[in-house]
Amino acid sequence: MPTVSMTVNGKSVSGEVEARTLLVQFIRENLGLTGTHVGCDTSQCGACVVHVDGKSMKSCSLLAVQADGAEVTTIEGLANGEELHPMQEAFRNNHGLQCGFCTPGMVMSAVDLANNNKNPSEEEIREWLEGNICRCTGYHNIVKSIKEGAANM
Amino acid sequence: MYDFNYHKPGSLADAASAIAGAEDGKLVAGGMTLIPTMKQRLAAPSDVVDLGGIGDLVGITVGGGTVTIGAMTTHGAVAASADVKGAIPALAELADNIGDPQVRNRGTIGGSIANNDPAADYPAALVALGATVVTNKRELSAEDFFTGLFDTALDEDEIISSIKFPVPEKAAYVKFANPASRYAMVGVFVAKGSDGVRVAVTGAGDDGVFRVTEMESALAGNFSPDAVSGISVSPDGLNSDIHASAEYRAHLISVMAKRAVAAAG
Ligand SMILES: Cc1cc2nc3c(=O)[nH]c(=O)nc-3n(C[C@H](O)[C@H](O)[C@H](O)COP(=O)(O)OP(=O)(O)OC[C@H]3O[C@@H](n4cnc5c(N)ncnc54)[C@H](O)[C@@H]3O)c2cc1C
Ligand code: FES
Ligand code: FES
Repeated sequence: MPTVSMTVNGKSVSGEVEARTLLVQFIRENLGLTGTHVGCDTSQCGACVVHVDGKSMKSCSLLAVQADGAEVTTIEGLANGEELHPMQEAFRNNHGLQCGFCTPGMVMSAVDLANNNKNPSEEEIREWLEGNICRCTGYHNIVKSIKEGAANM
Repeated sequence: MYDFNYHKPGSLADAASAIAGAEDGKLVAGGMTLIPTMKQRLAAPSDVVDLGGIGDLVGITVGGGTVTIGAMTTHGAVAASADVKGAIPALAELADNIGDPQVRNRGTIGGSIANNDPAADYPAALVALGATVVTNKRELSAEDFFTGLFDTALDEDEIISSIKFPVPEKAAYVKFANPASRYAMVGVFVAKGSDGVRVAVTGAGDDGVFRVTEMESALAGNFSPDAVSGISVSPDGLNSDIHASAEYRAHLISVMAKRAVAAAG
């Protein structure tokens, strides 16, 4: 079986995996980081978004072996101890979640947007969320959260 | 997904021998099409050869009136490239409207054209701009490359290394996107270059991308939206599905063509 090594949330990790193991399986099952969710498993919903070498990607559509040697950040890697990341804090302030299932992917996607655009317009935010589906909120508060989170980053 | 042997060669030559030596091998680029297909068990290769370790396949260069894009260059990189925006803005814009940001961060131009999905965007750009597909074995014109639905002229063990686009005088791409997937229900790429005008349509043909020569000759004499507004395309040979009938797609081709000519200016 192939061995994979990568940096996840700043820590070096490695493990033996079957070649067919998805990155999201490696993160959830091997590393026990269950903040990254699987919604659709068909690359539509974005619940599984993590950062790979600084860019947001759908970890259900990436093999763990393809991320060998990469720097991965999951939702667990954002907060600084007890202090929430500004994007997490903004989701809390603006009631940007209801059931919370889509939230880790929304936040990771939003952080990628804000890294390149400190002041995204409502339209830019809505376009950026093309790959993130929420079945609860109707998106309005998510958009508000991302505007505030980006400004505070 | 069934398990497979995984290979990550560091050069094009090693990738070619890995794929030639495999019993039933598949190349993987961004994996945005292949991995979902393997999950559904519609593909079950014995070996997967990852092109992600070959640095030579990534990158964009401009020179001598040509934009050359490495096969492993992501849609996101094409969309963000100042070189592409400067030389062929329509191509950067096309890449920026593929799928969603996460798909654009993984999906590649080589993977998109090798897959030749009838609703994919890039095939229209390659055909309208008269691009050349460079592989580890030869060079092919875009029209010889795309041979039909999910079909290309590529041999089993042939690997695309880059695509060469001649810089046009003017060009534009307009798509009527499926509101759920963002794939083209109809997309029309219009380009005016040194050897005339080309109009290429994706999303509509049941055999993949095709040219509308009647619009091309009309535009050669008069490059204005009015020149194409009177030209209707026959629904014969166009797709009918839950998203749109062949008649509706035929109508959209004229509308998108008119808008593309207007956008090209
Ligand atoms: C949610 C979603 C939305 C999408 N929306 C759009 C859209 O709006 N428009 C659009 O055009 N596309 C869309 N796509 C498809 C996307 O653009 C894919 O990235 C693309 O079709 C395949 O590229 P890839 O690099 O991921 O290829 P892969 O999935 O890795 O490979 C696809 C096929 O190409 C072969 N291949 C890959 N690279 C090479 C090479 N260098 N030489 C020879 N063969 C090769 C592989 O063997 C495989 O058969 C979407 C995909 C998803 C998941
Ligand atoms: S679980 Fe990955 S996109 Fe839905
Ligand atoms: S908060 Fe429930 S899916 Fe988005």
